[in-house]
Amino acid sequence: MIAAHHLPVLQVVLPLVAAPLAVLCPGTRAPWVAAVLVSLAAFAIAVTLAFKVATTGAIAYELGGWPVPYGIGLHIDNFSSLMLLLITGASLAALLHGKPVIDKEVQSRPVSLFYGAWLLAVAGLAGMVVTGDAFNVFVFMEISSLATYVLIAAGPTRTAFSAVFKYIIMGSIGAMFYLIGVGLVYMMTGTLNMADMAARLHGVDDVVPVLAAAGFITVGLLLKAAIFPLHAWMPNAYAAAPSTVAVFLAACSTKVALYVLIRFDLGIFQPSLEGHDIQFSAFLMPFALVAMITGSLIAIFEKDLKRLLAFSSVAQLGYIVLGASLLTAAGMSAGILHLFNHALMKAALFLAVGSLVYRYGSAKLADLAGAGRAMPWTMAAFTVAALSLVGVPLTAGFISKWYLVLAAMEEGTFGWFLIAVILASSLLAVIYVWRVIEVAYFRPAPEGAPAVKEAPWYLLAPTWALAGLNIYFGLAANAPNGLAARAAADLLGGGA
Amino acid sequence: MAWLGILNYWIFVLLLMTGMYAIVAKGNLIKKLIGLGICQSAVFLLFISMGKVVGGTAPILDGSDRAYSSPLPQVLILTAIVVGISTMALALAVVVRIRESFGSIEEADVYGKEAEA
Repeated sequence: MIAAHHLPVLQVVLPLVAAPLAVLCPGTRAPWVAAVLVSLAAFAIAVTLAFKVATTGAIAYELGGWPVPYGIGLHIDNFSSLMLLLITGASLAALLHGKPVIDKEVQSRPVSLFYGAWLLAVAGLAGMVVTGDAFNVFVFMEISSLATYVLIAAGPTRTAFSAVFKYIIMGSIGAMFYLIGVGLVYMMTGTLNMADMAARLHGVDDVVPVLAAAGFITVGLLLKAAIFPLHAWMPNAYAAAPSTVAVFLAACSTKVALYVLIRFDLGIFQPSLEGHDIQFSAFLMPFALVAMITGSLIAIFEKDLKRLLAFSSVAQLGYIVLGASLLTAAGMSAGILHLFNHALMKAALFLAVGSLVYRYGSAKLADLAGAGRAMPWTMAAFTVAALSLVGVPLTAGFISKWYLVLAAMEEGTFGWFLIAVILASSLLAVIYVWRVIEVAYFRPAPEGAPAVKEAPWYLLAPTWALAGLNIYFGLAANAPNGLAARAAADLLGGGA
Repeated sequence: MAWLGILNYWIFVLLLMTGMYAIVAKGNLIKKLIGLGICQSAVFLLFISMGKVVGGTAPILDGSDRAYSSPLPQVLILTAIVVGISTMALALAVVVRIRESFGSIEEADVYGKEAEA
């Protein structure tokens, strides 16, 4: 089949072309159906690609038939196929759950514009992952960012606008820094192809501009990925966005920036650049550790459930960065595994929050008193995912934290300090998760509050599907773990 | 006078810092966006400067032996300008909506009212 050869580019082109078509669909149902079908097709492509990569190794694709490094090359390996599964899967799950939520929360009419922006965001994120060209990453990053700004601004309250403005400023600075970094590397190597870049960096006489470039690229992507202390835009953006958008953002958008960061710093700079390991790991590890503690601490005092989960994301992203900054195969593998598992748990949590907001009309903890009795199935799914977040055995969160602890042990005495921080952060997670559980299950519903019914089955099904995955990957961790280990081996084995 | 030879890069740094200052220090949302625009222009200047070869001409092969300026950075910047315009348009649209719903485009007012709500 000819189409099979073109799957890497179809992953991007399909949602990109479908976006304007979805805008043309009339009413509220037709554009939703279109978006779901496209997400389904994109997910199918991602699964096919993942199998292909697992059996025959990394896929290279030359865009328009122009040979690399003159043309733009697409490059899909284990890490990218994992990310593609996350992006398309998160889009599918969020949309399947999202129809009634979007109809209720998104004010803009026609609502088809919202779905158009959604598909553009999917296309941009997928493009960032598949491309092997550094400038191409910038273009796709801005496509996805612009679409994401629109999605967040569609939020039900006016806070959405002020949150989005903050995000636009910080996101644009991030993209600009990335561009400056790419420019400096281009200056020294004369290439934009990532694999070619890694190879040519060996021959560069003056490493100072390249080190500066690494700094610019790292900081720029840290901004986009909302890594502490550059996370200021994220909690407000998550809280103000429509619940369905929060699911998608929490599951994959910041993670894709993190993917590019890891790809650049570990795939390109680390093997070729003297002095980079100090700049990278000694710079990032303290931030990761502080993020794990402060993110969880702030989450404990949050009154809004969405903001609570956003700050918990700040902490969880810290785990991923910690894994990466260990610079060992075990650490990298644990980081990637946690990236995957965290996407699963946050998606499940935000889906449950979406259902709660759908019934209660608010995500404030005070308003959700008694939700455990009014909406038992939704809260049960929330609890399962929250246990995974804490890292209770038999859940996905336990597996990745366990591997992270094992990776930390390899570091000797210093490793025990890391393990202490991991444990402390997990204990703090118990506290903020418990606050939600306590409000939902043990506090009576306020006097005179209208009776709340359980969410309909079409909201429960996707929520439970993802909560179930948290358990499934907690018991059968081989598939994602193998994929993460192979991805880590690819990265640390040199080359992009 | 070695620094004169890299004058473009000094201007790049100056523009970038000017823009950053505006973004951080100005309370007016439009002024912040102007700062962002200055920063973006600085990056354009960086790219254009790196592609320039003194005495270089357009890269058209005509058999004669001469120096060519690299066209690639210019192409990249063409794309980056488009990205910059889209970002700016979207950001201005958001400012209009902020003005409509908060009645102000001063950062302090907007975030003050946000805290009340």
